[in-house]
Amino acid sequence: MKLSLPSRVGAVALAGVLALSLTACGSDDPVGDSPSASGTTGGNGGGSLSGEINGVGSSAQEKAMDAWRAGFQSANPDVTVNYDPQGSSAGRTQFIEGGADWAGSDSALKPEELTQAKETCKSDAIDIPVYVSPIAVVFNLDGVTSLNLSAETIAKIFSGKITKWDDEAIKADNPDATLPSSDITPVHRQDGSGTTKNFTDYLNKAGNGAWADEAGDDWPLQGGESGTGTSGLIQAVQGGQGTIGYADESAAGSLGKVSIKVGDAFVGPTAEAAAVAVDASPRDDTRGTNDVVVKVDRTTTAAGAYPLILVSYAVACSTYPDAAKADLVKGLISFIVSPEGQAASQAAAGSAPLPDALAADAKTAADAIKGA
Amino acid sequence: MSTTQSPPAPGPAATSSLEPAGPRRRRRGARSSDRGASRAFRWLATGAGALILILLVAVAVFLVIKAWPAISMPSDELVEKVGLLRNSSSLLDYVGPLIFGTVLAATLALIFAVPVAIGIALFTSHYAPRRLASTLGYVIDLLAAVPSVVYGLWGALVLSPIVQPVWAWLNENVGWFPLFAGKVSPTARVLLTVAIVLAVMILPIITAVSREVFLQTPRLHEEAALALGATRWEMIRMAVLPFGRSGVISAAMLGLGRALGETMAVLMILSPGFLYSFHILEAGQQQSIAANIAAQFPEADPLGVSTLIATGLALFAITLVVNVAARAIVARRKDFSGAN
Repeated sequence: MKLSLPSRVGAVALAGVLALSLTACGSDDPVGDSPSASGTTGGNGGGSLSGEINGVGSSAQEKAMDAWRAGFQSANPDVTVNYDPQGSSAGRTQFIEGGADWAGSDSALKPEELTQAKETCKSDAIDIPVYVSPIAVVFNLDGVTSLNLSAETIAKIFSGKITKWDDEAIKADNPDATLPSSDITPVHRQDGSGTTKNFTDYLNKAGNGAWADEAGDDWPLQGGESGTGTSGLIQAVQGGQGTIGYADESAAGSLGKVSIKVGDAFVGPTAEAAAVAVDASPRDDTRGTNDVVVKVDRTTTAAGAYPLILVSYAVACSTYPDAAKADLVKGLISFIVSPEGQAASQAAAGSAPLPDALAADAKTAADAIKGA
Repeated sequence: MSTTQSPPAPGPAATSSLEPAGPRRRRRGARSSDRGASRAFRWLATGAGALILILLVAVAVFLVIKAWPAISMPSDELVEKVGLLRNSSSLLDYVGPLIFGTVLAATLALIFAVPVAIGIALFTSHYAPRRLASTLGYVIDLLAAVPSVVYGLWGALVLSPIVQPVWAWLNENVGWFPLFAGKVSPTARVLLTVAIVLAVMILPIITAVSREVFLQTPRLHEEAALALGATRWEMIRMAVLPFGRSGVISAAMLGLGRALGETMAVLMILSPGFLYSFHILEAGQQQSIAANIAAQFPEADPLGVSTLIATGLALFAITLVVNVAARAIVARRKDFSGAN
């Protein structure tokens, strides 16, 4: 075959233009081909599953998901797991629209989303907790590496009522620290984020009325410093002096971390303390069978609990029309909530392993996923 | 074009104008295939031209369709349902500050970039030795090839810490000037930093176009000016700049178009806010449309996406107006413009 130069260029240009125009409407594209689970059993690595499943969702789960995928795929060499960390909202939306086989989400499905998802699934949709991570309040202040703050003080700092580092309220909780009289510069997330939602929820519920706005993905106040994404926020906190922000604990790096006041003690952001807080929190009892949702108790006084946590879920159908797909989702989520899966995400992302009681419920829910 | 009139028995002129580099090597078959090839090329070219129009219309239609749920919904209901609008009373109220921030950042960038670009263009076209000029031109074009995300990283990690003390100084000593008023940001993640990075980003295109325009100044004008005893600077002022004025303006408009739509650099550098504020040294005051879409899209629900696309529609409209304005200015002086 011999193409003349102009037509070859034309073909390349056309392909480029097509690619561009496709990208432009990428918002509602499904994640890829519909699942092509072939259902063949056996294989060369001992795993009995094969096929491909696609998930979309939380970017907070991304690091952990990499570890889970690696673990699950090495146990089942014929399985391909794709995860696109577009964000929790995007994940839930695509799951509801049928574009994703499961979604990762930093908050459980809302009641209206449960109703919508029921149409896609032809069965109840369920939330399974897979990832618990402490959110650290981080700061950059010369000579200070740790601080004790109550939720009320943090709320006042972020709402601009406390503006100096040597404010009486901060001094009172940190008698030994040498605090400069410089300005405090709070930094928030500029993009919508589950981290912001959990942080504002904590301030709202534990802040003794110092934080009026209800929890939401978007930062409720006008003005102020901000960064895009966890890394953007960390970078902004590092870039300034006297800055304070909030981010997933695993991203905090060398920044100072605040120990928050729980009861009469101060607790730092660790995986263990986060697990204690999850244990101390009740389940949402308005949910259906196998829909495991934790109502995080932000005001818990349990010893050693760190209630500023993010609980992230895997959203799935309780029954899939396609049996092969059901097996894959079931296998993946069962692996994620198993001790092995939780250890993998703790190593990879610094998350807190699910407490035993919750892990048991999560396993029951995952095992109940079935094909129609 | 002469392609339409190629006769059955091809005249040498017609063929050679089309395929100057040895038509015989390209064609294998009979002579009659010449006609097919040139016709095919004509259709390809026409198709490519039409494709641009189709794409533009397709983008506009896409924006309107996707934005329609947000545009058509009553304000109260929209504000109720879309978390993004929690500080606004309507869609217009949300888009307004974004348009303001976008235009402010792009205008500032233009103010910084145009004088420098004209200087570089004049240097390469009239002052520099030929070899240096071509090297410099190459380097300038290279600037255009740097991805915007790299500019964003540079702005956020390198430039911000460097300019912060300067901004603090400006704020302290020239704070009476409205632009420098307000509370200076300790991180320099502010609009002035963004404007500087944007200025660097639009420098290549303005320089390249201006240089071409300046080079086209009629030799006779320049020599006449010099013969009258003008210095080189006077010659440039009398002959080159007046000749190139509208070309430079259209170059600036091209740059403005890029600055308006720039996303990554703004997203990575700016601490955004939604105010009609001229405080370019204060954090959390302004935001650009493109950066806002990029920041909010991942966590937006369907109606939120629709709202964001409505802001994209506004950006599309602004960019269109800028380009139409540029064309109008260029059209006034058709004689040299390559765009016609």
